[in-house]
Amino acid sequence: MSKKIGDVILDLQNISLRFGGVKALTDISFNVKEHEIRAIIGPNGAGKSSMLNVINGVYHPQEGKIFWHGKERKKMEPHMASRQNIARTFQNIALFKGMTVLDNIMTGRITKMKSNFIEHALWFGRARNEELEHRKKVEEVIDFLEIQHIRKTPVGRLPYGLQKRVELARALAAEPSMLLLDEPMAGMNVEEKQDMCRFILDVNDQYGTTIVLIEHDMGVVMDISDRVVVLDYGKKIGDGVPDEVKNNEDVIKAYLGAGH
Amino acid sequence: MPTQANSASLDGLHTFPRLLFQHAQVRPNAPAMREKYLGIWQTWTWSEVSERVRALACGLASLGFKRGDNLAIIGDNRPHLYMMMTAAQCLGGVPVPLYQDAVANEMLFVLQDAGIRFVVVEDQEQVDKMLEVKEQVTTLEHIIYDDPRGMRHYNQPFLHDIHELMEMGRIHDRNHGDFLNREVEQGHFDDTSVMLYTSGTTGKPKGVCQTHAAFIAAAQGGVQVDNLGADGDILSYLPMAWVGDHLFSYAQALVAGFTINCPESGDTVMTDLREIGPTCYFAPPRVFESLLTSVMIRMEDAGKLKYKMFHHFMDVAKRCGADILDGKSVGFGDRFQYWLGNLLVYGPLRNVLGMSRIKVAYTAGAAIGPDLFKFYRSIGINLKQFYGQTETCAYVCMQPDGQIKFDSVGQPAPGVEIKIADNGEVLVKGPMLLKEYYKRPDATAETINAEGWFMTGDAGFLDEDGHLKIIDRAKDVGKLSNGAMFAPNYIENKLKFFQHIKEVVCFGHDRDMVTAFVNIDMGAVGNWAERRGIAYAGYTDLAGKPEVLELIRECVEQVNADLVHDSMVADSQIHRFLVLHKELDPDDDELTRTRKVRRNFVAEKYKVLIDALYAGKSNQYIETEVKFEDGRRGKVAADLKIIDAKTFPIVKKAA
Repeated sequence: MSKKIGDVILDLQNISLRFGGVKALTDISFNVKEHEIRAIIGPNGAGKSSMLNVINGVYHPQEGKIFWHGKERKKMEPHMASRQNIARTFQNIALFKGMTVLDNIMTGRITKMKSNFIEHALWFGRARNEELEHRKKVEEVIDFLEIQHIRKTPVGRLPYGLQKRVELARALAAEPSMLLLDEPMAGMNVEEKQDMCRFILDVNDQYGTTIVLIEHDMGVVMDISDRVVVLDYGKKIGDGVPDEVKNNEDVIKAYLGAGH
Repeated sequence: MPTQANSASLDGLHTFPRLLFQHAQVRPNAPAMREKYLGIWQTWTWSEVSERVRALACGLASLGFKRGDNLAIIGDNRPHLYMMMTAAQCLGGVPVPLYQDAVANEMLFVLQDAGIRFVVVEDQEQVDKMLEVKEQVTTLEHIIYDDPRGMRHYNQPFLHDIHELMEMGRIHDRNHGDFLNREVEQGHFDDTSVMLYTSGTTGKPKGVCQTHAAFIAAAQGGVQVDNLGADGDILSYLPMAWVGDHLFSYAQALVAGFTINCPESGDTVMTDLREIGPTCYFAPPRVFESLLTSVMIRMEDAGKLKYKMFHHFMDVAKRCGADILDGKSVGFGDRFQYWLGNLLVYGPLRNVLGMSRIKVAYTAGAAIGPDLFKFYRSIGINLKQFYGQTETCAYVCMQPDGQIKFDSVGQPAPGVEIKIADNGEVLVKGPMLLKEYYKRPDATAETINAEGWFMTGDAGFLDEDGHLKIIDRAKDVGKLSNGAMFAPNYIENKLKFFQHIKEVVCFGHDRDMVTAFVNIDMGAVGNWAERRGIAYAGYTDLAGKPEVLELIRECVEQVNADLVHDSMVADSQIHRFLVLHKELDPDDDELTRTRKVRRNFVAEKYKVLIDALYAGKSNQYIETEVKFEDGRRGKVAADLKIIDAKTFPIVKKAA
């Protein structure tokens, strides 16, 4: 596959994050380039999810700088992340269980709606046109992820693998330029994993979306990532293309234990 | 050679392209095709379809497609793929639809046999299959795909987007204005219009060449018997390579001018069925069976009131529903109860099944259990059986309204002659017979005898009213060692009507008793087990549970009790059976792609189990290799229990 990886769009410099006395992240620097698939790996408790939360503004690091498209980013709230076209999925699925798949995905469009809630309640004027337009976009995502058959099914009734896919759909509905995926394949069987891999590659390929993902399945990570950063105990111990990381002494130690 | 319809009776409209262009003139703005895309039903009118077919045909011509070329078509039911069929026919080519879920290697034989130069496929998945076999199919020159998704990085020069092909065609059409009309003019009713490969229950698949005249005659007959008009809708969801789909979604649609509707995806068929509410529906018995199973499962979980109401009115329907549908006289009390039931149960149920507007529903492809058949008719769905093969355009016998017999496939259709051979085999003659097997004069000569009768290979007889009854495949009908007739299909179908049983294979030829393999229905038995608090971990585990074996034993014994009443088959009671540890699967070659059991293959593969059944063992260990969908292999092993079923003394013999 020939794919164009662009310039650095997100640059994290010397990030440190503490919760009281607990150091979650210590002096971590790495960057993400446009259109690439960037994996963050590491043993449990290494600080991977914290890292993702720093990127989309849930946590605010005590030290370090974040540059987004070359400009330094000040303290930012999560909803601003979505306005900056960063979307994410969660390690524990965070969907509205009682709502249908379609409605759940529609919520991904919320930041793009311009009409106010009174117009929506009355289903009037621009609210109507707007919703039709959003629905069209959502249907494209449904088609893309091949979930037509569950369009009207409440999310709570779906198996886990499909719920994960719906969550990805909601993130995609926001038409993000950067997508953060927190363990998109955890708890899936082999077939579901293959499907998810294919969708992630397709998203990256078709829409050019930059993807940052956390994943435990090494086979998956090494297969689909362009570059991998490895964390252990809140520190960065490796960074590079999959092959480099695979042969990195520190990484092997962190995963297999010392003295190996 | 078979007789052909004479062209005069067809008003000069004796090829499918001519029929299409005629519709485009007569009813340009009526819907011809619909497809659900992005959640919305998109419609193509007859004039739009004919414009696209023109463009596609000219596009094919500019790529070098010539009269006599075969065009392979692989994919789900998509409007563009149906249009491609007509486009190929416009140029005097022959469309060859293939089963889309086959793996590349299974397609290889057909692609080579038909000498395919052009193939049109649905999507990237099928393109990949074609690229996999391209080296081996030396004739293959061009691959056209419908859905461009995922195709961005494919830059082989022989790959063409169907929209580009249409553009090419439109330019070609502008530059050579009368080219296509001349090509269509050259089409003759005696030309091969389509080549459908037999599923290959026996040996290698054979290409059945059918002419325009044959399929048009079959379609006209069907349309006439069941009064299908241009206002109809049909849901086209069965494989395009199957003769049934070609007859209903292609030939009849073009003859009668009704609308074909393509579902959004394979998984959404049920929803789409409800949304479209077709007037004409066609499904193999298996689909009707699973629909009924899912209704029954849901009723089990319904509230008390609903449950009681459902069963009360189902009893009413069983009593008089079918008679009311047939227009026979029914007492006032029953009529009133049925009316009430229609309001409360049958109507809503038909709606849930997506059959509110059904004028006629067909089933064929395998025998249907009489109880299953009665169920649908009794709730007011005009379900009919018909009988036919790929070689006869699926058009031999039909059931006219008001003359439905549950255990027959109906009377000979208009224009068809039937004769029963001395050995019980059904012989057929008529305008719908195949022209030949592609490049197989030997096979053609074997199957059409000197007097022009086609030998169906089915054993059957005509009853006093001239209705044909099919017992079994002629070659499957065997004899028990005491000389009694053994018709495995007949027994298997009786068992398969139980909602808990999905598939059965019976053995008994040249043996002293009948034995059976059973596949449980994962959905129904799983639900049954859950409600009883029986924990299980997948099919193999569930199939081995003592409670499940007991459940199946009861079913088998009921069938035995039933069989004993019919002197022809009383000896065929099932003495011993086992529940298989895996589902029979086309991927493991145990079923054909149309999901018929490949009896001999199964017997060969599970020989050790058959031996155990007849050796009187109480259990047998077996290990079986399985193929997963992605091509990997694995092993399933289990220690299967063999169960003895109660049999009943045969009254006549005792007397």
